[in-house]
Amino acid sequence: MAEFEPKVTAFVCTWCTYAGADLTGTSRIKYASNVRVLRVPCTGRIDFMYVLQAFTQGADGIIISGCHPADCHYTSGNYHARRRWIVLRALLDFVGVDTRRIHFAWVSAAEGAKWADLVNSVVSNVRELGPYDEYRQTIPAHIRPGGIAV
Amino acid sequence: MTGLQDAARDLLQSGEAAVVIGFGGGSAGGARPLMVRDPTSVGDLIFDDRCVHNLAVYLLKPEVKSLGKPAIVGTQAVLRSILQLASEQQVKDRDVIALIPEADGGVRRLETLGEIEGAVSKPDAVLSPEEQNCLDEIASLSREERWRFWQEEFSRCLKCYACRAACPMCYCSQCIVEVNQPQWIPVPAHPLGNMGWHLVRAMHLAGRCVNCGECARACPVDIPLNLLNQVIEKEVAEQFGGKAGLSATASYALSTFTTDDKDTFIR
Repeated sequence: MAEFEPKVTAFVCTWCTYAGADLTGTSRIKYASNVRVLRVPCTGRIDFMYVLQAFTQGADGIIISGCHPADCHYTSGNYHARRRWIVLRALLDFVGVDTRRIHFAWVSAAEGAKWADLVNSVVSNVRELGPYDEYRQTIPAHIRPGGIAV
Repeated sequence: MTGLQDAARDLLQSGEAAVVIGFGGGSAGGARPLMVRDPTSVGDLIFDDRCVHNLAVYLLKPEVKSLGKPAIVGTQAVLRSILQLASEQQVKDRDVIALIPEADGGVRRLETLGEIEGAVSKPDAVLSPEEQNCLDEIASLSREERWRFWQEEFSRCLKCYACRAACPMCYCSQCIVEVNQPQWIPVPAHPLGNMGWHLVRAMHLAGRCVNCGECARACPVDIPLNLLNQVIEKEVAEQFGGKAGLSATASYALSTFTTDDKDTFIR
């Protein structure tokens, strides 16, 4: 069997982290290609269902990232998101979802290097944890995404 | 008992209330919810140890609202529910009269939200030592054990949504599980759909649960659903302060913030 390549889904806000990830590219910084970036208007837009849905659809790890506190384009979206994550983490931890696979970060548009470091560390972290089969075993076989060995 | 029946008769006869939401005798020696509209029927009202259900769930049902102003036989959980509904602009001041049966057979009548706030017992709103022990016990398991425990519990779920029907705070006219474009939560009662439903239910009640325990009581397969709500309420209380169901003017914990909310996990 080929070596396990983690799939990491990143939900990033368009104003800070997406621009930061863009800067990583234009700065010619190389980083792990395991990340799939999904751009949303604001971290406040990230419904907690996105996290569950990403795991369902085959993600082994998740990054959620947006503007630093006080830097939100919409003034307060990231503060609202932070409260939601605090609550969500407590709940997921309680029901035994592997919260080591869910990473939150603030990455500004100027932090191209931080984005590369973040992705690299999350990917190596998830590589160690292995595929998140435990979660995907809850998916009935007929709707399980293809190509996943469970 | 006559105290409650007298109070109900007075309210119905004077027209101060159009319906009294209380308890009547049910099948197999149990108690069931009873809507009394006729003053001559107040003799059917009972209140004893069997009457544990949170009747506040009926306050927002269109069928009940259409009857006119309600009086509701209340336990502490009902009072907390009324206050939480008021803080969410679902109940206005003087919309509902609460009748609190007292140990001496008398009845305390609460007309305004202010009076209800005064009558809510704060110690009743926090977790009992048994509830706290139960949470601690689960929290002390390893992550894999917690996962197995909850998967085992969720595996019994039938997706009957009794937990939703029994909850006074689940009053959305269209619930997310009935939305199918996109379909966030699979409809069938398989492990994924069951876990999705219970996590969504818990998250949508975050900071709003008054800990009446009705979800777990209503569950036909005995899933301890209230634990999911309690663990969130505990987190909300510890991190943001405040407790649902103690004030008619409290703001919702997840629609407010402070710039110095503490997190330990964001890089």
